[in-house]
Amino acid sequence: MKSLVTSFISGVVFALGLGISGMTRPVKVIGFLDFFGAWDASLAFVIVGAIAVYFVAYRFSRTMPSPLLAPDFSLPKRSDIDAKLVLGAAVFGVGWGLSGFCPGPALTSLASGAPAVAIFVAAMALGMYIYSWVSEIRAATRTFAAAPSESMQDA
Amino acid sequence: MHNFTPFASFFGGVLIGLSASAMLLLDGKIAGISGILAGVLKPVKGDWVWRACFLAGLFAGGLLLGKLLPGAFDFGLIRPLPLLAIAGLAVGFGTRLGSGCTSGHGVCGVSRLSPRSLVATATFIFTGALTVYLLNHLAGGSL
Repeated sequence: MKSLVTSFISGVVFALGLGISGMTRPVKVIGFLDFFGAWDASLAFVIVGAIAVYFVAYRFSRTMPSPLLAPDFSLPKRSDIDAKLVLGAAVFGVGWGLSGFCPGPALTSLASGAPAVAIFVAAMALGMYIYSWVSEIRAATRTFAAAPSESMQDA
Repeated sequence: MHNFTPFASFFGGVLIGLSASAMLLLDGKIAGISGILAGVLKPVKGDWVWRACFLAGLFAGGLLLGKLLPGAFDFGLIRPLPLLAIAGLAVGFGTRLGSGCTSGHGVCGVSRLSPRSLVATATFIFTGALTVYLLNHLAGGSL
């Protein structure tokens, strides 16, 4: 129960950070990505501020046997660079550059009531569903194809 | 360089870092927004309520911003709706395929010096910049 309250409060603080930093304003995001135009370096300071804090918190967490309100840490363990990672990040970057919105600021900006943001968020949710449908179909066909031949391992 | 806001941006970044740190130290979770959202859209038993609470917090924070700092929603640049819809699809699909976004890879992963997150972050900043370049300099910024 406690951890649900802390999750909610973390969400509030995260949103305030996004709003204060300028991340909820596509004009700032697109200005930051416009390295070859009128570059607005502000958002580099967001990254520096966030990483400065989190870097220390992560180091500290390594000394803890478990988090304070949960039985264990659930951190990503993979370290391999695969095509999905790079392709996915590339596609995400295109959407980010087109709109000036990434997921956190878009969800926060829903509260503004702007229809454009609602359309973006609906499309983003649809994009996530499409990904899981595609993965399910691929997984199903792979199981089917793998039956006669062991050599049909991951493409 | 106009509208340069290094102090506000740094302070906002510190708040984002504090929020993500609280998720890590208290709950042992990575504050990756795309992953948190995906886990609410396709809920897994026992692992979605905290996600919903975090997202509710994001929305509540948005409401607070609307009252206290309405300039946060002075978007300044809203692309035409069809372009926004395409962008939303790309962001949703791409963040799932690439297992993260600006928060999970860019903040949490880069801070952990995760090789996957370093590669992902360099990649999405590169394609984001390329997209902005093509839109601004080839399409004449008319969109």
